[in-house]
Amino acid sequence: MTVVAVVAAGVVMILAVVLIVLALVYFLVSTILELRKITAGLDEVIGGVGEIVEKSAPVNDVVNNINTQLDAGVDLLEGLLVKKAGLNDAVGLIDGVYPGAAAAGLRQFPESTEVDAPRIGETYTRGTLSLARLGREAPIAAASPGNAVLRNVEGGSLAARQLYPDVRHESPENLPNSPTIGADAPVQYEQREDVGAPRKRLPARRP
Amino acid sequence: MTLWWIGNAVLLLVILPVVVYLLRGVLEAAKSIVALVQGIATVAAAGSKDLDAAPLLLTTQDQVEQTVAGLANYGGSLDVILDDHEGPAR
Repeated sequence: MTVVAVVAAGVVMILAVVLIVLALVYFLVSTILELRKITAGLDEVIGGVGEIVEKSAPVNDVVNNINTQLDAGVDLLEGLLVKKAGLNDAVGLIDGVYPGAAAAGLRQFPESTEVDAPRIGETYTRGTLSLARLGREAPIAAASPGNAVLRNVEGGSLAARQLYPDVRHESPENLPNSPTIGADAPVQYEQREDVGAPRKRLPARRP
Repeated sequence: MTLWWIGNAVLLLVILPVVVYLLRGVLEAAKSIVALVQGIATVAAAGSKDLDAAPLLLTTQDQVEQTVAGLANYGGSLDVILDDHEGPAR
């Protein structure tokens, strides 16, 4: 009896150990397979990130160069404007074209923020300011004193199309179709009844 | 003998479930990482594609240089044509 009990207990223990080992094998192999998928995915990620790094490497230098060029252009224009118009009128002209821009001032002239900008829109004729608005492509002109926008960049095409008697600029859901023509057309535009019919009156005979 | 059976019971009823629970947690975490990594790979590929236009910055750079050069010439001509502002700076 004791031997049987010992054997039974041993079998149960071996069975338990085998179950634990099987569970370990199943889950660890599954985990290994998932880790391999992760490795493959990370290889793709590294490839994509490498491309990003490669493509974006020269961007910094190029953008810095562009900014340097634009800074030089701005300095040139500011200097020329102040040289020719004087700081007061320069700030007033800028504020007339870009309302509120005088508060920011000119970069090369820090004292320009303290200038009491003259109201160029009132000082100069309407034609002068109109030319200025046209030259500056005019979204700024929307806020110009008392005048309508002469050329709106975003709606410029619409404004031009509205000059013509057409409904297309209103974006209707359906436009009238082009007329169907030909012998099989539903509407025959030559709707005279005598067309194709026998003559009602014969031409008079010649003597 | 009784201790042996108790040990067997602990092995089957405690150790085995704990082992399965822990390993299943590891497996689930690994599976969730796979989905995330695939998402990251897709985003990285899309980001790389978005940067395909980056070389066009060289064209922009050239055009900005030409524009500023033209602006400088134009400004130089204006400087010659127009009289300077007379009077105080302010």
